[in-house]
Amino acid sequence: MPAPPVELATSPGPGPFASRDIIATTMAEHDHDHAHQAVPSDLTLRVKALESLLVEKGLVDPAALDALIETYEHKVGPRNGARVVARAWVDPTFKQRLLAEGGSAIRELGYGGAQGENLVVVENTPGVHNLVVCTLCSCYPWSVLGLPPVWYKSAPYRSRAVIDPRGVLREFGLDLPESVEVRVWDSTAELRYLVLPERPGGTENLDEEALAALVTRDAMVGVAKVTAS
Amino acid sequence: MNGVHDMGGMHGMGLIEHESNEPVFYARWEARTFAMNCLMGAWRKWNLDASRHGIERIPAAEYLRMSYYEKWLTRLEGLVVESGLVTPAELTSGRPLPGSARAIPPVGAEQVATTLGRGVSPRRDVTVAAKFQMGQRVRARNANPTGHTRLPRYARGKVGTVDRDHGVFLFPDTNAHFLGEKPQHVYSVRFTARELWGSQASPRDSVYIDMWDDYLEPA
Repeated sequence: MPAPPVELATSPGPGPFASRDIIATTMAEHDHDHAHQAVPSDLTLRVKALESLLVEKGLVDPAALDALIETYEHKVGPRNGARVVARAWVDPTFKQRLLAEGGSAIRELGYGGAQGENLVVVENTPGVHNLVVCTLCSCYPWSVLGLPPVWYKSAPYRSRAVIDPRGVLREFGLDLPESVEVRVWDSTAELRYLVLPERPGGTENLDEEALAALVTRDAMVGVAKVTAS
Repeated sequence: MNGVHDMGGMHGMGLIEHESNEPVFYARWEARTFAMNCLMGAWRKWNLDASRHGIERIPAAEYLRMSYYEKWLTRLEGLVVESGLVTPAELTSGRPLPGSARAIPPVGAEQVATTLGRGVSPRRDVTVAAKFQMGQRVRARNANPTGHTRLPRYARGKVGTVDRDHGVFLFPDTNAHFLGEKPQHVYSVRFTARELWGSQASPRDSVYIDMWDDYLEPA
């Protein structure tokens, strides 16, 4: 296998590190048209070699890896959060519990678990718009939204969401009037934030399931609003 | 540490590349890397904070160049060697040392669902007096630790208001270095956008940052 190209600095602090040759970045194994996901050609090999080493040493069970991947590719995702939002829209007492203690309220719907243990739900209103970011890395409420999208983890979003939230929202197509207060939530601790979007007008006759179908991942991060169509 | 990962408020990072209907993983190596990182934590040779610090210890230029899961891979390669689970020679060769014992993985496929369902909360059920009250004006300390911290640079020295008390959590600055959990209160502190960024910011806007007791002093 190719040697790992980079070693971590000694801890604590950014001490000296032994840098080896940095392997050239190529797009050779790039299997998706996505410019900022450039893949050095040997990453696939490095990961395969590491997995086979960990499996041979009995440190990890490959079937457990499969099960974990299956969970986040097919079971846990933003549809969970959408059901939470729809329930809050139709059930005022649930909404009250959700805003008071998000973690236990989502457990009522079966969405407890990893990275949703300490959930804080923040409510959008006509006068307040909430936006969630993790400037330090990628903290995100997995149990209700699944794993975060690339843009959420990217330097442009993390750097700008706190200093220029209105500019960020315009880039997402949401131009808020100056009269609306913007609250940015930087997930620096172990609280995880979910935005409760406003229920769009014209949805009075929709049932909970139809309402859930309107709710997008982006609206629950706060970079979009929910629309009726 | 004042690393490049602490990027709140920086300029020059480019436009946000939003993508509709992106896959959870772009390639199988990303998925395998994600899952190996999660499951190797079960050996408890490191904790969540040490693991975050592993990402932060990637040299700055490399951090900016790497994709998200390349950082995870680099972190895992670093942690398995530092913790002694794997020797440097094994990592280089990709094979266990001849004659080395075979372990039993702590999490099997059938335990994944219950392990995830249980979650792992760094909240601590201990009584610790809160140093600050709701509504109190507080200043984020001007501190520049060389190790792990969750006190972002853009907040240091700034004055905010305690918006809510989230209860008691372990302290990442010590936990990341295996120096104890030091449980203490975490608050959501509201900083006005103008306090953080000056007069060009909207007078209505604010940033809420989660802060541990040790990050704050009375203002």
